[in-house]
Amino acid sequence: MLPRFWRKIRYRYNLVGTYCENCRTYYYPPRNLCPKCRRKSKIKEVQLSGKGKVISYSIVHDAPENFKMMKPYVVALIQLDEGPIITSQLVCKPEEVRVGMRVRAVFRKYGEEGESGIIYYGTKFVPDS
Amino acid sequence: MRRVAVIGVGCSKFGELWDMNFRDIVISAGIEALEDAGLEGKEIEAMYIGNMSGGRYLAQEHVAALIADYAGLAELHIPATRVEAGDASGGLALRMAYMAVASGVHDVVIAAGAEKVTDVGAETAMDILSSAADREWEVFCGANLPALFAMMARMHMDRFGTTEEDLARVSVKNHRNAVNNPKAQFRREISLEVALNSPYVAEPLRLFDCAPISDGAAVVILASEEVAREYTDTPVYISACCQASDYLALHSRRDVTTMDAVVHASRQAYKHAGIEPKDVDVAEVHDSFTIAEIIAYEDLGFTEKGKGAELIREGVTELNGEIPVNPSGGLKACGHAIGATGIRQAVEIVLQLRGDAGKRQVDAEKGLALNIGGTGATAVVTIFER
Ligand SMILES: [Zn+2]
Repeated sequence: MLPRFWRKIRYRYNLVGTYCENCRTYYYPPRNLCPKCRRKSKIKEVQLSGKGKVISYSIVHDAPENFKMMKPYVVALIQLDEGPIITSQLVCKPEEVRVGMRVRAVFRKYGEEGESGIIYYGTKFVPDS
Repeated sequence: MRRVAVIGVGCSKFGELWDMNFRDIVISAGIEALEDAGLEGKEIEAMYIGNMSGGRYLAQEHVAALIADYAGLAELHIPATRVEAGDASGGLALRMAYMAVASGVHDVVIAAGAEKVTDVGAETAMDILSSAADREWEVFCGANLPALFAMMARMHMDRFGTTEEDLARVSVKNHRNAVNNPKAQFRREISLEVALNSPYVAEPLRLFDCAPISDGAAVVILASEEVAREYTDTPVYISACCQASDYLALHSRRDVTTMDAVVHASRQAYKHAGIEPKDVDVAEVHDSFTIAEIIAYEDLGFTEKGKGAELIREGVTELNGEIPVNPSGGLKACGHAIGATGIRQAVEIVLQLRGDAGKRQVDAEKGLALNIGGTGATAVVTIFER
């Protein structure tokens, strides 16, 4: 289980996405092939701004095992200013979250894997005033 | 392409089947289907099995050979193939069997679906089902299947005015229908108040918006039109069986409130069958979460985008409505045995078209089944006619 998270750490920690120079589209999570251009894709890595807005969200009460300590927690679909939509946790009080709310990316702990106790980190979002 | 008929159907009880193991469940459905078709067993030329995760639910892979073996077919040495597309695995098995007969490769083929989930705890069961979404970029951050459907629901509410009460009405309808389905997991009516007062799982979805994860199996036996006539005077035909895919993760889709795979698969199916959405007399749709049924009304073309909630408010999809949806009780009340669900839906439509659906019988000549995987990255739409 572990190596698959480590492999993408650069992208998870720093919000590094990809950009297709052929059709000028940003992607996050990063892609090796642009679904609009396929073989004509011209992909390069880009640092995303980490700024965006909430387009939908849910307050999760019935939490999966490795998120029990955090419940209730907020997950959201966040549209980054560059265009792509990302699924992430939002660090705020559940009653604070609104559709349209401006948010920015931060580096946070995500959870511990049950048996091994390995701690995962990644990008979460916080309200951006 | 040859015309394909359904000559037999069978279904196990759905639910928490503590006293039955995987093999028992599948065989109970299989025997029922063989008896229904009047087959001895040796007529079967191939078998396709929808099973999402024998590996994680049972630590048992290679379940196609296992099922053929325990179905008493080992000495016939037929090809037995497992197919997987999350909780659309059953729909896929049906489509593979359909293509095998339509193409002329085989004359009599079994399509089965089976899942045994209660040997693991409820939380593990949901984690395994959530692997039908994107493990690395959705589930990793705590967005399991309920949370993802919740975000579809939130956006549908924001854009189109759908309410929590609309969602609850879907649940109430499906529970009411399941009362008359002897195979269903929950055979009791619930009130709108009970549904609306159940605890939130992932806001705005409550406990009664979420289908259970169940044990169960279902089997249909397909045959070419010519062979079908030897076994039955009342065959039900499959007039189309189409499948489509989409981005795995919800966040990558063109629109969070539309399942494009459902749109594509259903448009192809209508075209292939030579019918329009309004010609559908009865449908079984994939209500793993109540919002999925409302979105399905729209994406199947029963109404336009944004107006799905009107159909449930106006009673159009009730058992006595214009297009009864989920007369079986759907995934919500009949139960959701993951890989079995797509076949279980086909069983219900066949029973309805044959007039064998007992107290939940509706008047129908054409029926449709919609099976989706995860949040809609796979969709299978099958159209049946008598
Ligand atoms: Zn491109």
